[in-house]
Amino acid sequence: MTGFAARDLAALRGERLLFRGLDFALPAGAALALVGPNGSGKTTLLRLLAGLSRPLAGEVLWDGVDIAGAAEAHRARLRYVGHLPGLKAALTATESLAFEARLLGAGAAAVTAAMTQFALAPLAALPLRVLSAGQRRRVALARLALAPAALWLLDEPVTSLDAASEARLWALCGAHLAAGGRLVVATHGAVPLPGLQRLDLADFAPGQAAAVEALS
Amino acid sequence: MKVLLALIGRDLRLVWRQRGEPLIGVAFFLLAALLFPFGVGPDTDLLRQIAPGIVWVAALFAVVLSLERPFHADHEDGTLEQLALTALPLPLLVLAKALVHWLTSGLLLVLAAPLIAVIYDLPGELLPVLLLALLLGTPILSLLGIVVAATTLGARRGSILIPLLALPLFVPVLILGVLAVEAAASGLPARPHLLLLAAGLLLALPLALLAGPAALRQALDEG
Repeated sequence: MTGFAARDLAALRGERLLFRGLDFALPAGAALALVGPNGSGKTTLLRLLAGLSRPLAGEVLWDGVDIAGAAEAHRARLRYVGHLPGLKAALTATESLAFEARLLGAGAAAVTAAMTQFALAPLAALPLRVLSAGQRRRVALARLALAPAALWLLDEPVTSLDAASEARLWALCGAHLAAGGRLVVATHGAVPLPGLQRLDLADFAPGQAAAVEALS
Repeated sequence: MKVLLALIGRDLRLVWRQRGEPLIGVAFFLLAALLFPFGVGPDTDLLRQIAPGIVWVAALFAVVLSLERPFHADHEDGTLEQLALTALPLPLLVLAKALVHWLTSGLLLVLAAPLIAVIYDLPGELLPVLLLALLLGTPILSLLGIVVAATTLGARRGSILIPLLALPLFVPVLILGVLAVEAAASGLPARPHLLLLAAGLLLALPLALLAGPAALRQALDEG
């Protein structure tokens, strides 16, 4: 079994079973959109796929190897942009991206290129505290352009983005997929990417009986 | 190693941008220590005698106040999950956080302590012992303290739990730190107490590097 796959995943949030029996397989160059109503477990699933949390049951596989047993290799191959921007309000966009570039072993040129990608040059010297939510999200998304990674996990990436930035994001994602990358994106909106698979989490929601069973 | 230095550099830069915070810690330390004469009266001999204890107790409170800094802000704004996804192993993250915490709290208290010693008229020959004890003891407080801070990350109003959980753990450091100065004051060698503090530091280091990452993993797992 090659590629990125999930097998029979189940997850709890608090004491509530969010989904169970969830399977998917994502070949290289493919994108997967996670859809479903609020609270159906999109963010939880993304965190499982990132290895930030552990599933209640099932496994996440990369080339047939459970990521729980190869955490370091999995971290090295993924970029995660979550709900929270993961940025420091007291730092500027340049400082934030330069710090992340150092962690990734990328150079100063990568920072400039990533800033250009999201038209951040005019905001470069401002502390993120004074930027708008959409501008901060652009800085958070610019980390995708710092260095290539095999897997991108995006949680509602277009929230508070303007149309131009949204177009830039999807163009960047398109290039990522064309280069053989994989993408999992949780969203309520349209994802204009070729070869998009959809996974509706409502299909894996447990019935009331199953929820009770999981708790007992 | 480069990653570790990058993180330490970023955190020091952040503290510098918000340099009011560590200064408030030092101000709290000085103020707390200076309140005691109002409480116990102006008996110079008594004050001289209790000075080491006061310095240590004030230092404990000042350190506890600053324990929210290492992880809580990073947890709230999502930088903790980003850091957890980098190549930096979690034990090194804990080590970097402990180091930055000590540099911006414990070390500043060591530098401020002579001021309190002068005000309490602590005999000059005792000051080096007090400072050495603080220099060995405050890193233990940072190491134990940030493990406690990490365990409270998931909890609601976790920052209130920090003093309750951390202060009891700090008691051995307090006792040894005060004993070292008292031994020197009564003409006995302070060395055994200082060596015990050093041993405590060597013990706290692996403990923090084992327990800290486990606590962080738990906090991240809960989202």
